[in-house]
Amino acid sequence: MANAKEIKTVLFGPVFANNPIALQVLGICSALAVTTKMDKALVMCIALTLVTAFSNFFISLIRNHIPSSVRIIVQMTIIASLVIVVDQLLKAFAYDVAKELSVFVGLIITNCIVMGRAEAFAMKSAPGISFLDGIGNGLGYSVVLMTVAFIRELGGSGTLFGIEIMPLVKDGGWYQPMGLLLMPPSAFIIIAGLIWLLRTYRTEQVEKA
Amino acid sequence: MSSNNDSISKTLIVVISLCLVCAVIVSTAAVQLRPQQTANKLLDSQKNVLAVTGLLSGSDINELYSKHIEERFVDLDTGDFVEKPTNYDYRKFMKDPDESIRLSGDEDLASIKSRANIAPVYLAYNNGVESGELSAIVLPIHGYGLWSTMHAFLALGADGTTIKGLNYYEQGETAGLGGEVQNPKWVAQFEGKKLLDQSGAPAIKVVKPGNASADSAFEVDGLSGATLTSNGVQYTFDFWAGAKGFAPFLAKVRDGALNNG
Repeated sequence: MANAKEIKTVLFGPVFANNPIALQVLGICSALAVTTKMDKALVMCIALTLVTAFSNFFISLIRNHIPSSVRIIVQMTIIASLVIVVDQLLKAFAYDVAKELSVFVGLIITNCIVMGRAEAFAMKSAPGISFLDGIGNGLGYSVVLMTVAFIRELGGSGTLFGIEIMPLVKDGGWYQPMGLLLMPPSAFIIIAGLIWLLRTYRTEQVEKA
Repeated sequence: MSSNNDSISKTLIVVISLCLVCAVIVSTAAVQLRPQQTANKLLDSQKNVLAVTGLLSGSDINELYSKHIEERFVDLDTGDFVEKPTNYDYRKFMKDPDESIRLSGDEDLASIKSRANIAPVYLAYNNGVESGELSAIVLPIHGYGLWSTMHAFLALGADGTTIKGLNYYEQGETAGLGGEVQNPKWVAQFEGKKLLDQSGAPAIKVVKPGNASADSAFEVDGLSGATLTSNGVQYTFDFWAGAKGFAPFLAKVRDGALNNG
């Protein structure tokens, strides 16, 4: 098992230094779809983190037995099974949220972060550290998603986690919501803004022109 | 990775055993969790029926439901009550060719393509089912909006035309714009309006936001920024209040079909 420093790098590296969304620009699709409300985004983050962690774990467990000619299919099978299990669990225990997330839980299967980590990390590393890598990348994804959801829900609906923060004009308050923030393109703009901010602070992330 | 991993036999063994393990896990999860999921669905539907009649008060939904709500089934063509087992799955039969009719282009106002022959209606009794004092008739309605089929419960007074509540409980419209069909403040406008005019024709008009006249018994404001969703609501009402929808049933209600129980 790896030492404490390596664990720390693996676990927290993906949050800022090597963020899957901001640096690798993976997993954008769901970042657009589920970030209109924070509670939706939170459940999505938890689901994705669990799936990434466990798929990394299981793939790493059998990594020495996976024939390289069918490795992508093997990874997909494991990921898809995990996603179905998560989807079933959500429908059983968090029905209201599951209803709102609808197809997006299923779409975790095609989330590039999960596949990317399985292929790039779990195929070469021990199960324990692969599990942590999954958690770490899930965290990196979650940080971006929750930030985007925070901006979109607050600006677009005047609420956070469904709790009214800024009363809307149509309900007799003062805040005129910004409809654009509820549309998918706004997530692009916000994510681009985040990437810009991050790269201003961490200039080593800037790609050479 | 050892080189014999890529031999045909090893590949087959790995792939087949992996598939078996995954299949077992997935089917176990699905089977084990099904009762819970079905219960959730039923509870959700009951909650929505209660919500639209204003009877929802946070306590035990099952108990409230069995105390206040009576489920009946209506043949939509004739408007007569028919008997169906209580687990009749309306949502499933909407698309079943044997249990539904296809709607032609000009009949299909709500863009739903087919309509089940038998629809459930929920009779609500504020003082409990035994009291026999009918307080609301809840009809399931649905129609296409901008992106999605929007499902709602519509509660009518015992006269079969005064709207007592509307609850969009399932839709996939743009959150914050069309998605506002779920907003309780928006649907509250429908309360007290008349579903049908004097001649029994569909009469609800969803007008441009801000243009609904307060005196009108039929006009409601559309959703701002969601014209197509508002149109969808309009068409849903036109269809379900019309001859292919609940009109035959509602005509019988007005003639007193529910008075003798």
